[in-house]
Amino acid sequence: MSHSNKKIEGITKEFTQAVIDKALDVYPEKARKKRAPHLAPNDPTSGSTCVKSNRKTVPGVMSARGCAYAGAKGVVWGPIRDMVHVSHGPVGCGWYSWGTRRNLMSGINGVNQFGMQFTSDFQEKDIVYGGDKKLKTLLAEAHELFPLAKGISVLSECPVGLIGDDINSVAKQAAKDLDIPVIPCNCEGFRGVSQSLGHHISNDTIRDYIIGTREFAEPSSPYDISLIGDYNIGGDVWSAKALLEEIGLNVKSVWTGDGELEKIAATHTVKLNLIHCYRSMNYMCKVMEEKYGIPWLEFNFFGPTKIRESLRQIAERFDDTIKENVERVIAKYDPIMQAIVDEYKPRLDGKKVMLLVGGLRPRHTIGAYEDLGMVCVGSGYEFAHGDDYERTQPEMPEATVVYDDPSEFEFEQFVHAMKPDLIGSGIKEKYVFQKMGIPFRQMHSWDYSGPYHGYQGFSIFARDIDMAVNSPTWGLVKSPF
Amino acid sequence: MRQIAIYGKGGIGKSTTTQNTVAGLAYLGKKVMIVGCDPKADSTRLILHAKAQNTVMDLVRELGTVEDLEIEDVMKIGYGGIKCVESGGPEPGVGCAGRGVITAINFLEENGAYTPDLDFVFYDVLGDVVCGGFAMPIREGKAEEIYIVCSGEMMAMYAANNIAKGILKYASSGKVRLAGLICNARKTDMEFELVSALAAKLGTQMIHFVPRDNQVQRAEMRRMTVIEYSPEHPQAQEYRVLAEKILNNKMLVIPTPLEMEELEDLLMEFGIMEAEDESVVGVVEKAA
Repeated sequence: MSHSNKKIEGITKEFTQAVIDKALDVYPEKARKKRAPHLAPNDPTSGSTCVKSNRKTVPGVMSARGCAYAGAKGVVWGPIRDMVHVSHGPVGCGWYSWGTRRNLMSGINGVNQFGMQFTSDFQEKDIVYGGDKKLKTLLAEAHELFPLAKGISVLSECPVGLIGDDINSVAKQAAKDLDIPVIPCNCEGFRGVSQSLGHHISNDTIRDYIIGTREFAEPSSPYDISLIGDYNIGGDVWSAKALLEEIGLNVKSVWTGDGELEKIAATHTVKLNLIHCYRSMNYMCKVMEEKYGIPWLEFNFFGPTKIRESLRQIAERFDDTIKENVERVIAKYDPIMQAIVDEYKPRLDGKKVMLLVGGLRPRHTIGAYEDLGMVCVGSGYEFAHGDDYERTQPEMPEATVVYDDPSEFEFEQFVHAMKPDLIGSGIKEKYVFQKMGIPFRQMHSWDYSGPYHGYQGFSIFARDIDMAVNSPTWGLVKSPF
Repeated sequence: MRQIAIYGKGGIGKSTTTQNTVAGLAYLGKKVMIVGCDPKADSTRLILHAKAQNTVMDLVRELGTVEDLEIEDVMKIGYGGIKCVESGGPEPGVGCAGRGVITAINFLEENGAYTPDLDFVFYDVLGDVVCGGFAMPIREGKAEEIYIVCSGEMMAMYAANNIAKGILKYASSGKVRLAGLICNARKTDMEFELVSALAAKLGTQMIHFVPRDNQVQRAEMRRMTVIEYSPEHPQAQEYRVLAEKILNNKMLVIPTPLEMEELEDLLMEFGIMEAEDESVVGVVEKAA
């Protein structure tokens, strides 16, 4: 993919560097030295990453990061709908990670969908005497209450790792006794620098306990694919899946939004893995490539331009039937998309957006804003690695600000300098900026909206962005800041 | 690859015995890795001639996260090509030493320290299995053979029996087995007979009786094993014999730990302990 070098008037390397330097200025020397390499004016053509990433957060700053448990419970394991997911440890972690990510699920609760909160609710005695016996009982009870659950995941909270409970041996015995998969996941929150390690640990458990243990019931076809790293936020999976089916592909399994355990376990027989969130699931794509020879492809279904590009890239991997389907589908939706652009672009043209989100959105959504005439003046991630920034820099205009794990203070400073018309970030940032009178969308959960994926999602995205940016409310807010 | 864990009462000589035995195995041409699982980090000094090597947890503290660590930073090669790693951990009274053991062993696994060329991995574990962390070396897929270092002293035998109870718990759900008692002699009365009898009661063997010899201390002062310091010395031969016995040991059992009464009976049988006179319990001294 070649990118013409995007430029924004008034934003130069010197300007952005000065903004960064000013933000860093308030830090004590040690913190300044640590933070400086994580912030940079974008260099889209260098080919190397312009910021350092995946490092420990500087103590004392407000970070938007989550923990390894959050990465396992909230992201990878939690969305699988036909399993019971046990938050193993004190009750709080489980409670506050219950459904907040809006990974929607189909099915009937308690029958083929278990979007409920299971926790071992650790007490003093469990810390002192160990929680293994309680876990054993809990697993048996969960299976008795919900015999239709296809499996159970055991997601360790911090204390379990501290007291050294051997959940692996309890899980192994329970799997034998209950005759269902019981997957122990050592994703204690204190491990690693962010939720990113939780994704990795969860991928490893899928590798060790799940993949290759089932086969699909129906015969295989040359069009069998799986959708990896889509967590069905606000229904994204349903929109993406419908589009992939419309071009003639069989989406055999989805990892893991609205996912089903046995289909995930049989994914080793598909012909191509399409990966949406590279950060959280590239590990398993690579495992399936090495072990089963399944190629994988990153794609982007945000906004008609990227959808078109991605559909054609996907078609390249298949025969003429699919290629023809893709052209037919693009031709079908192009006028519909154009109508949306025609409606909203006049109100959004030239507006600036800044992003601070997780896995892939800080780069993947840029194209959708651009379809509406907007420009991205700053973007960054909570928990990305170098390979994410490599993929991000070409998408961002030249010299715009790139920030890795920014503190709330830095983010505010950048917003004051870049003066965006919209900020897309998380719940922790939302009210800060709204109180400043700046339009905001909570872009982890699509702000109670969605889906934003696919052709179906773009109309909703365009409406929401217009509603946020052009709401008359902001004219009535007088910020004291 | 055989993975072996060494347990025993604090101060009994686990680290000294482990290092001398491992040196014996290296002498026999075996490839061995020692993983010290004790915050004191003294499990490898005789092999490395070092005061203390950089531990995994030291470096984690320095770098901030275990993910930034490289295996070369924590693994040192000593006498006879023996690979040495220390888990390390906090000073007494703070933090969580058990987690240090878990972190270190996970790190070694994830970074490919368990290479197929190794014949043995030895875990030298802190005296008491006080929490789950110190049981990490005997979890599934790790050490399946345990040796308990003890002596004819009463408390060492109590400790050995308690450790056997711990092994029993893990043996019932996994593959870990008791492989024998190593008597590190203290020259107490009837030591050989007593430890042999305890071993028999536990369903295992006293795999070797290591006599007490000051040559061990002389070697230690030079931060060396006896085998390296004075290979011709009779004590070096003792460790080589022990190494050979471990090499050929096939006797792996689920232990049958004793009840407290049985243990006391055993001590009384050998005249180490007097029978208790229940009539004097709780009776204060008569006024003169």
